[in-house]
Amino acid sequence: MTGRSDDDVTSRRDRTRPTIVTCPDGPILVRGDVQIVDDMGSIVPRRRTTVALCRCGASTIKPYCDGTHKAIGFSAP
Amino acid sequence: MDLPGARGALSAAVISTLTSAGGTPAAAVEVAGHAIRRSPDVLLDDDVQLALFVLDELFYRGFSDVADEWEWDPGLLAVRAVLEEAFESALRERVVVPGGIRAERGAIADALFAMTAPGPGPSVARHVAKRATLEQLREFLIHRSVYQLKEADPHTWAIPRLEGRAKAALVEIQADEYGGGAPDRMHAELFARTMRGAGLDSRYGAYVEQVPAVTLAAVNVMSLFGLHRRWRGAVAGHLAAFEMTSSMPNRLYGDGFRRHGFGADTTWYFDEHVEADAVHEQIAGRELAGGLAEQEPELAPDILFGAASGLLLDDLVACHVLPAWKSGRTSLRVP
Repeated sequence: MTGRSDDDVTSRRDRTRPTIVTCPDGPILVRGDVQIVDDMGSIVPRRRTTVALCRCGASTIKPYCDGTHKAIGFSAP
Repeated sequence: MDLPGARGALSAAVISTLTSAGGTPAAAVEVAGHAIRRSPDVLLDDDVQLALFVLDELFYRGFSDVADEWEWDPGLLAVRAVLEEAFESALRERVVVPGGIRAERGAIADALFAMTAPGPGPSVARHVAKRATLEQLREFLIHRSVYQLKEADPHTWAIPRLEGRAKAALVEIQADEYGGGAPDRMHAELFARTMRGAGLDSRYGAYVEQVPAVTLAAVNVMSLFGLHRRWRGAVAGHLAAFEMTSSMPNRLYGDGFRRHGFGADTTWYFDEHVEADAVHEQIAGRELAGGLAEQEPELAPDILFGAASGLLLDDLVACHVLPAWKSGRTSLRVP
C-alpha cells in the first residue's frame, strides 16, 4: 500500500472537471458541475447529471436537445 | 404479481409446476418442444410467449405464492432453453441486420442511427398524437406497462458483463433511468404515475392477462438478451435502438394525452423521456454500443442484431395495434 500521490489528486480533479462533447451531427453533451443560464442570466433548470444541448436550432425544448436534428437531417458545420 | 391464466398446454404446464409441491415434471421439456413444433409463429404465439414471460419473470420480481427457489430449477431452465432457442431462430429468420459495418465506434453508431431513422410510415406515436380515443390511450398504456413498470431492468443485467468505457456508459444511462437516486423520479415510477392519472391500475403486472403475445414478445426479447452474458452485445444494441426511437415518439405520446385534457402530472413521463432519451441515445450509440464494438469487435454483429430485433418487435406490435384501432376494435386480448 502506498500513500496518496500528487498524481492521484490530479486525476481525481480531472474526473470531476466539466466536459463538453460535440456529438457528430448531434447535440452538445455536458457533464460535470456547470450552471446553464439563459441570456437574461436566469438559471435554466437542470434535471439530470448529463444534459444534451440543442445544436441544430430546431429543438422544441431548447436549450435542451429533443432529437429533432435527426428529423431535419442536421449536418454539423 | 399474480400468476396469469394459461393460454395453452405449455403455459398451463409451466404455471401448474410453479404452484405444485414437487419438481418440474420430466415431460415438461417435451410439452415445450411440442408447442414449438406446432406453432405457426412463435413470435405471435400466446402459449409460447406467456410461458417464456412467466419463466423470465422468476428472475425479476417473481409471483405471489410462488417459491423463490423456482428461479434456478433445472427442469424449468431446460424448458426455458427450448423456448429461447425457438425464439432466437424466429428472430434470426425475420431480422434484417445491415452488413459490412466495421467494428469501430463511429461506424456502429452511424449504423444504429441509420437503422432507427424516423420514417414516414404509419406509427403508433402519430396515431396517439392525432387520433387515438381515450380508450385507445388507456390501451396504449396497458401494452407499455408490461415493460415500463420494470423499465431499464433487463438492460441492467449487462452491467457486470461489461468493462471500461461501455460499462461506464451503461451505468450513466441506467442511473438516469432509475431517477439519479430519487425513487419518485425513477422512470418506472413516472410511468406508474401516468397510469394512475389515466385511471389505470399501476401495480406491477396488473395487465399481463390482457396483453397479446406480441406485446409479451417485445418484453421477452429484452429478458432473453439480459439474462445471458453471451448476448451482452445485443443488450447494448437493443438499448441504443430503444433510446434512438424514443425522444420524438414521446413528444407525440404527450401530445395525445394533452389533447385529451391530461395535465403535466400525467404527461411527466413522456416529457421526461423527450429530454432524457435525446441524451441517452448519444451515450448508448457512441459510448455503449460503439465503445463495446471497439473493446470486443466480435460482438459487432450481435449489437446490430439486438437493435434489429427490438425494432422488428416494435413493428410487429404496431402491426397488431394500429389495424385494430383503425377498425374500432380493441388491441387487447378478449377473454
